[in-house]
Amino acid sequence: MTAPALVRRNDAGRNTAPVASRHGWRQDLTGWAFAAPFVILFGIFLALPILSAFILSFTSFGLRDIQNPIGTTFVGAKNYVDLLSDPKFWKALGNTAYFVVVGVPATLVLGLAIANALSRGITRFRTAFRVGYYLPVITSIVAIAVVWRFLLNPDVGLINMLLQNVGITGPDWLANPTLAMPSIIAMAVWRNVGFAMVVFIAGMQAIPVVLYEAASIDGAGRWQSFRSVTLPMLRPTILFMLVITTIGYLQLFEEPFVMTKGGPLDATLSVTMYMYQQGFAFFHQGYASAIAYVLFVIVAVIAFLQFKFLRSET
Amino acid sequence: MTAIAARSADTPILSGRAGKRALGGWWIYLLLILGILLMVGPFLWMLLGSLKPQAEFLVSPPTFLPHAATSDNYERLFGKLDFPRFFFNSSVVALAVTVGNIVFCPMLGYALAKLPWHGKRLIMGLVLATLMVPAGITLIPNFVLMSNLGLVNTYPGLILPFLVGPFGVFLTRQFMYGIPDELLEAARIDGANEFRIFWQVVIPITVPVLATLGILTFLGSWNSFLYPLVMAQEPKMYTLPVALATFATGQHQADHGMLMAGSVVLVVPVLIIFILFQRWITQGIATTGLKG
Repeated sequence: MTAPALVRRNDAGRNTAPVASRHGWRQDLTGWAFAAPFVILFGIFLALPILSAFILSFTSFGLRDIQNPIGTTFVGAKNYVDLLSDPKFWKALGNTAYFVVVGVPATLVLGLAIANALSRGITRFRTAFRVGYYLPVITSIVAIAVVWRFLLNPDVGLINMLLQNVGITGPDWLANPTLAMPSIIAMAVWRNVGFAMVVFIAGMQAIPVVLYEAASIDGAGRWQSFRSVTLPMLRPTILFMLVITTIGYLQLFEEPFVMTKGGPLDATLSVTMYMYQQGFAFFHQGYASAIAYVLFVIVAVIAFLQFKFLRSET
Repeated sequence: MTAIAARSADTPILSGRAGKRALGGWWIYLLLILGILLMVGPFLWMLLGSLKPQAEFLVSPPTFLPHAATSDNYERLFGKLDFPRFFFNSSVVALAVTVGNIVFCPMLGYALAKLPWHGKRLIMGLVLATLMVPAGITLIPNFVLMSNLGLVNTYPGLILPFLVGPFGVFLTRQFMYGIPDELLEAARIDGANEFRIFWQVVIPITVPVLATLGILTFLGSWNSFLYPLVMAQEPKMYTLPVALATFATGQHQADHGMLMAGSVVLVVPVLIIFILFQRWITQGIATTGLKG
């Protein structure tokens, strides 16, 4: 999405560059020499796989084809047609949508609230708070999922132990089809709120103090200056975070893998997890590639729509 | 009355250090502290759990502090479960991936930011287009490729696909674009070729960005899961996250003490890196143009 803008800026830069002559073969050689190591690795392990996954998604590629990929059978759009009538895929898609639709706004709103409190609400211990909230962001999701599964354990977990103290018998969070996904969402929000906070703080630092002074002279209170100065000035940052967080959350995998194995009753089965199961438990790798591509298209479309509509609103 | 008094008291501060002015009261501190407790709580629970003997997980009601702290969980982890090996695997992979990124990404970043050459726009477009491709897409083709190269269950199999990435190019190019052309031109006039300019002029200025890139790449690789889960199928090639997830979903899933100790081993190196390099990480996020 950012590609066109950057390429354009790059063009403008070239016009002002001191190298006035049309670039000749020596300059091409130098440029490619710098680019070569990256481009070779990028081509083999990123660009070609993205293309081959597309091709694979039109084949019945399976375990027997791994040693002889060329010999696989093309089946046309069969994988995609099958996906349409695969209830498990729809379940996974619905679960992922649930995770995104609840998780993304919760993460952004909390992140914004904390960023605002740290930038404008308090003056002391800012760094300490920032470090504390950022802590979970850098830690392994697998480790965190293992810890949270233990926290949520109905018999020996901390959460139900605390609930017991106030006389409530807590549920078996992760074994309950209604509560499992909300539990995973809570954990994801807990882990990612610090990232949103840091990005929002960076955005807030770029807002000229004069605007707040003007608002305050006009008699604006704390809430009003947040609404009429912070929010509009932060719009590009919020849009960026919305896109980034949505793309990240659409790829939900580790949390259900470790905490619920996609259960109970597929209540936490995500699209990426279903792709993994199809590709590496059942070895239907053609089918799994189709799942991956559907997710890719969803990611691209959502990012595009978020940019297009939210940007034009301003 | 009070409103007028408040406003007149504000006036001198406004012109001077308005950014320093606290708008909130004690309750904001209170909320923030409660939030911090929520953030740190699970880590504390992990640490305390790792010190509890197995028998303590069977008592009801469960304990918060370990009654008889023990290093037994860690001893089992390192003695019986081969965690030193997983730790070594994770370190080798993360270090190699980090070196690859901080060597190859700035090279392309420089070529894109400062050199004129045919194909530059194409490469730029291709690299940036992959920034938002879901990681799952390349998983199956890379697995097939590695199987055919005989690299499944090897270090190259775990490392090669991650030696370069679009993020590093984006980060270094953005920064190098801001380096004044006059600086490079001066070196050119002195007769330096592009490789010398890159190595002796550009790289020294870029060190802070490379530090950020290095730290973020290391953390990303250390924590990565889906790809090593597929590519390391023999236990001797497990990375820490793969080992922990395998134990947590397999035969050791009720062994809470051991799993908490495993989580500590996975999390603590990262926390140390974070505390040491906190500034680089958060500054990096602010300077990458991540602002959109």
